[in-house]
Amino acid sequence: MTAVHVWNFAPVWANADLLAQGLANTLKVTGASLAFGVPLGLVLALMRLSPQRLLAWPAVAVIEVFRTTPPLVQLFWFFFALPILIHVEMTPYVAAVLTFSIQSAAFFAEVFRGGIVSVERGQWEAGRALGMAPRQVMRRVVLPQAVKRMIPAFLERAIELMKTTTLVAIVSYADLLFETNEVAQKTFRPLEVFTVTALIYFVVIFAASTLVHGLERHLAASGEGMAR
Amino acid sequence: MGAHYQWNFAPVLENLDVLWAGAIGTLHLFVICIALGFGFGLVVGLGRHARTRWVYLPATAFVEFFRNTPVLVQILWFYYALPILLPFEISPLMAATLGISLNSAAFSAEIYRGGITSIDRGQAEAARALGMTPAQAMRRIVLPQALRRMLPALTNRGIEIFKMTTLASAVAYVELLQQGKLLASLNFNPIETYTVIAVVFFLCLFPLVQATYALERRLNRSDA
Amino acid sequence: MTTTIEPLMRVRALEKRFGEHAVLRGIDLDVMPGDRIAILGASGSGKSTLLRCLNFMEWPSAGIVELAGQAIGRAAPGKADPDRRTYDQAELTRVRQRVGMVFQQFNLFPHMTALGNVMEGLRTVRGQREPEARARARAELARVGLADKADAYPARLSGGQKQRVAIARALAMDPEVLLFDEPTSALDPELVGEVLRVIRSLAEEGCTMLLVTHEMGFAYHVANRVLFIAEGVIHEQGTPDEVLKHPTQPRTQAFVERHREFDF
Repeated sequence: MTAVHVWNFAPVWANADLLAQGLANTLKVTGASLAFGVPLGLVLALMRLSPQRLLAWPAVAVIEVFRTTPPLVQLFWFFFALPILIHVEMTPYVAAVLTFSIQSAAFFAEVFRGGIVSVERGQWEAGRALGMAPRQVMRRVVLPQAVKRMIPAFLERAIELMKTTTLVAIVSYADLLFETNEVAQKTFRPLEVFTVTALIYFVVIFAASTLVHGLERHLAASGEGMAR
Repeated sequence: MGAHYQWNFAPVLENLDVLWAGAIGTLHLFVICIALGFGFGLVVGLGRHARTRWVYLPATAFVEFFRNTPVLVQILWFYYALPILLPFEISPLMAATLGISLNSAAFSAEIYRGGITSIDRGQAEAARALGMTPAQAMRRIVLPQALRRMLPALTNRGIEIFKMTTLASAVAYVELLQQGKLLASLNFNPIETYTVIAVVFFLCLFPLVQATYALERRLNRSDA
Repeated sequence: MTTTIEPLMRVRALEKRFGEHAVLRGIDLDVMPGDRIAILGASGSGKSTLLRCLNFMEWPSAGIVELAGQAIGRAAPGKADPDRRTYDQAELTRVRQRVGMVFQQFNLFPHMTALGNVMEGLRTVRGQREPEARARARAELARVGLADKADAYPARLSGGQKQRVAIARALAMDPEVLLFDEPTSALDPELVGEVLRVIRSLAEEGCTMLLVTHEMGFAYHVANRVLFIAEGVIHEQGTPDEVLKHPTQPRTQAFVERHREFDF
């Protein structure tokens, strides 16, 4: 074996289209999981906050189970176990979106709940004192204020989701990581390919992260005024 | 809908020794990654706090890189890519340890930094005014107070690390999920096997999660 | 045949306990139309709790509150507590459409303009359409002297302005009774006057109101009845002259002396 490795990125560029397709699929899974996860998270949060035990307890169960078990175990369960249980065909994509929708919803639910709870009691009281029904107070007074506060935590969770979806490569969904492995095996250049992929992930996620932090600062500057 | 599924946990329960081997592997990996992750994280966290550029910039670069790349990518890089640069083999354990530890170090570095900066400047000043060196001030005055504040975030990170150990199955390290995969493929019972795995993780982590909530509540009360 | 005027609100044997701690130990009160009742008392005396029971922000532990002759809640006698009543959220929501409240901390909705705040009850609770609600809201804001601040967000308003918007918001609902919970306690001294002026003009227009306040001079000039609450009961009540200038109970005397800031 040679003492020093000679880096050669040419094979990577040659397969750039495969990697690009992989990146697109990564974004697809992330996007779909977000699209389902966010509304589901809101529903879970409202159920969790409901005074009715019949709504609150199932929500607590879902949230706790999906926050306390490893995502990979959840993915395996949805991909290998569920199809047998309910007699449906399961593709990696469907299993992934199903898993990560619920998993991210469990975390989003806590973000939503934190935001709602952070709105001062006085706002609730003012709405109720006007004769609003609880649902009206939530919709017109509390949620609009809560959402603004939750946006940073919420976006950070979304970025976490982008990182978590790499797990789909393990169930052979053709995301960026899976394609990386394929290209690495094809070109016998795992060092270059994996390094490039790591850099791609870094650039995408770092950019998203920076945008979120910028947004956070912007909101803190103007939002503080609003919160008074 | 076809015939109702008959749950049968017998094959799983008969192979508890297989799962136990996995559990040992999980704990092994977990302990190593906690120690390395929190330990190195402290070094990097203090480095982020340093005034000299030669310490601050590399520390920041480290944190930014390892926080903004997925752990699985890191593990696979260490397993497939690193051996090419080095003259020796990287075992699954080493790859998983490197990936998870460095990732955790980056996250815990930020926790340390946040905890340290949250302690009033006046504390460090009072310590210096007494004649302590910066290192003594940090060690005896600032860090002990900061650690209390950081405890909830650190326990959360610990829980995340525990969950991350399952990623080591991607490089066939013998941990709980890996053994689950083995059993499921041998006995053709993914439902029972993966359900048991999920339950085991839940039972291990749930008390820790609840303890974290209680810790947070207690700290909120006493801090106010 | 003479027609007797019925009380707008009637409170009988009102009690409120928080856990083991009894805050209100039996309050009887009649609120007649046009009454301006000032409620005074030391901290912890139960005066705010009493006010909050009247629009059911706190639920009474015992006793009955009647609005326009109708008892709120249903009797639900239990073995432990024969006087227990149960309350239904929907009914309480309706009660609050008739009994308005102005809070010490204003509690304006920060994500709406002043106009939006005043309109909110009309739109969401009364179901009015936008143009009518808007017109009415503008009128109420003008009534409290803030017509020019209609499009301002609460963050841009002073404390006194915020409280006046809060009053306009409550007034827009045409409440039969208006409750003021220490409306000026959270204000800087120089802003107190503008709010008191608004409350005074409402009183002169015949608005039925109960005020928990520390402003004894104001209570003297605006109220027609004063209640002094101590240890969860009405310790002394009467006209402002009777309670504030010539109190008969030593405890009331001590309170008035302690809080007298200037001669009435």
